[in-house]
Amino acid sequence: MTPSYNFAFLDEDTKRMLRRALLKAVAIPGYQVPFGSREMPLPYGWGTGGIQVTAALLGPDDVLKVIDQGADDTTNAVNIRRFFARVAGVATTERTVEASLIQTRHRIPETPLREDQILVFQVPEPEPLRTLEPREAETRTLHALGDYGLMHVKLYEDIAQYGHIATSYDYPVLVDGRFLTSPSPIPKFDNPKLDRSPALMLFGAGREKRLYAIPPYTRVESLAFDDHPFEIQQWEHRCELCGSGESYLDEVVVDDRGGRMFVCSDTDYCGRRRTEAQA
Amino acid sequence: MYVAVKGGEQAIARSLALLAEARRGDPALAEIELAQIREQLRLGVARVMQEGSLYDEELAALAIRQAAGDMLEAIFLLRAYRTTLPRFGYTEPLDTDAMRVRRRVSGTFKDIPGGQVLGPTYDYTQRLLDVEAGAAEPVTPAEAALPARMPRVLDLLDAEALIERAEAGGDAEPFDLTREPLSFPADRATRLQNLARGDEGFLLGMAYSTQRGYAESHPFAGEIRMGEVDVWVCPEELGFAIEIGSIVLTECQMINQFHGGNGVPPQFTRGYGLSMGEGERKAMSMALVDRALRCDELAEPNEAPAQNQEFVLSHSDSVEASGFVQHLKLPHYVDFQAELSLLRTLNARHAAQARGEIAAADAGEAS
Repeated sequence: MTPSYNFAFLDEDTKRMLRRALLKAVAIPGYQVPFGSREMPLPYGWGTGGIQVTAALLGPDDVLKVIDQGADDTTNAVNIRRFFARVAGVATTERTVEASLIQTRHRIPETPLREDQILVFQVPEPEPLRTLEPREAETRTLHALGDYGLMHVKLYEDIAQYGHIATSYDYPVLVDGRFLTSPSPIPKFDNPKLDRSPALMLFGAGREKRLYAIPPYTRVESLAFDDHPFEIQQWEHRCELCGSGESYLDEVVVDDRGGRMFVCSDTDYCGRRRTEAQA
Repeated sequence: MYVAVKGGEQAIARSLALLAEARRGDPALAEIELAQIREQLRLGVARVMQEGSLYDEELAALAIRQAAGDMLEAIFLLRAYRTTLPRFGYTEPLDTDAMRVRRRVSGTFKDIPGGQVLGPTYDYTQRLLDVEAGAAEPVTPAEAALPARMPRVLDLLDAEALIERAEAGGDAEPFDLTREPLSFPADRATRLQNLARGDEGFLLGMAYSTQRGYAESHPFAGEIRMGEVDVWVCPEELGFAIEIGSIVLTECQMINQFHGGNGVPPQFTRGYGLSMGEGERKAMSMALVDRALRCDELAEPNEAPAQNQEFVLSHSDSVEASGFVQHLKLPHYVDFQAELSLLRTLNARHAAQARGEIAAADAGEAS
């Protein structure tokens, strides 16, 4: 642990500011709370929002897990885990069931989460309407009015043009029937895990200086139409390492002759299944 | 056979060792000293202090050395250090009238009270590479000291009511952009704070665009001055201001045309730029962009990129921009897989449709 910095890097005033903003976020599910995002020693776009949320929540008894693309061993996940081991000295784990706090980028673990766990998402762009309306002053008004026609038209046009909704990740959700919310760039495969999750889900966007939350057991609907219901990705393959037919699969190029194999993106889930199979 | 990649931790550790070795360069050569960077690369130090929002020459020099001369990385290092520093208080407004001027030029009048003072400038160097750099020519001391206070050129116009008035203390108390999130529309003090931290290259490009017809405002460099300014703070327990030191600043006041509007007659308007250390390009760019961003207040058409405050202020920061552009090198396997799967679905549909259309056409010919 590095003694020249406060526990978990941030000073206590900053943590208090973050906790207040998080309380507001939990009180208004899906609402983007502006906060005084600090400059972190990691680059913007690499998890500064998630890191600030994690820093504000961490206590000495927490067990931290950090994943990127579902994997514990991707370099950025390793680096963030190393950061907190260094500035907070907390215990870290790669096991989903052992973690009290999980910081993630782009995935929700396959293992169902519990009430005593918190999932912290790294969010590059908190505004689900941003690609449709670049002006922040305008999107805040649209949220205030609950006017999400832009998004419905976009999804409708996808169907008219391609026969499908052409959004495969960062698929927009309506939280508690009120706020249109970005689930962060998770694949839409993970969207159903947001709905009525026992675990608290917190979202941090450092560069854009916004926090938001999905409290436990909150209703989260993925936008759809009656005649075009929401669907998740499916594979013709199973994981070639653990044989799972239910997990999100990464495609791995194995040779230069078009050879591919599919493996679980959640490394802990996959590893645990393989260990169980051997036992 | 595919084996799940493990060992990110070891890879990072080895990469750090490689980086340290590459940064140091040939160990047979002496390591560059911080004092050398501070003294001989002072303009780089100034830029890092300015965009790093921290006036500390030693730390800026350290950041430059640690970043192997990459200015944006050095700025990032300084910012990441600054973020942990406690705030003891705020200074009194700086009095740049009382600047101990080392350079002061105006493009609007041939001579001005106090005179034109070139000072140390690259402007007239002819840019011939000094391949055989020898000892510097000895400096000739000035025959007379410059006046302690130099009136601002814009104040001369102010007396004639040809330029908009800028009332001292007329602005609302600014808030700290590094502690509070930016919201829109942003007032002028907040915009200036953002521009002051903004990337010099970005601001230069934006400023240049205003000269090429995107929000033309016919600017004149009313005055540019550079020199030392005293810094005063008023500690609560004392109740009166005390001087805590001095810093070098570059200030630019632009004079811009204004055709009148919002009930105001035609007059000259102001654009303002301020930069730590010697940062003339930055201060001038900032002043042009500041003026362009005042379009709504002056009821001018808001059409050009440099006038759009959400566009300018949201994209001016090099630490934000550099981080987000470069985050693209992080893994995106999961999203990419989702896109691959979607494209395959759409392709299959497209192919089926094409076959269907061909079948329909065949059927039409046969009948």
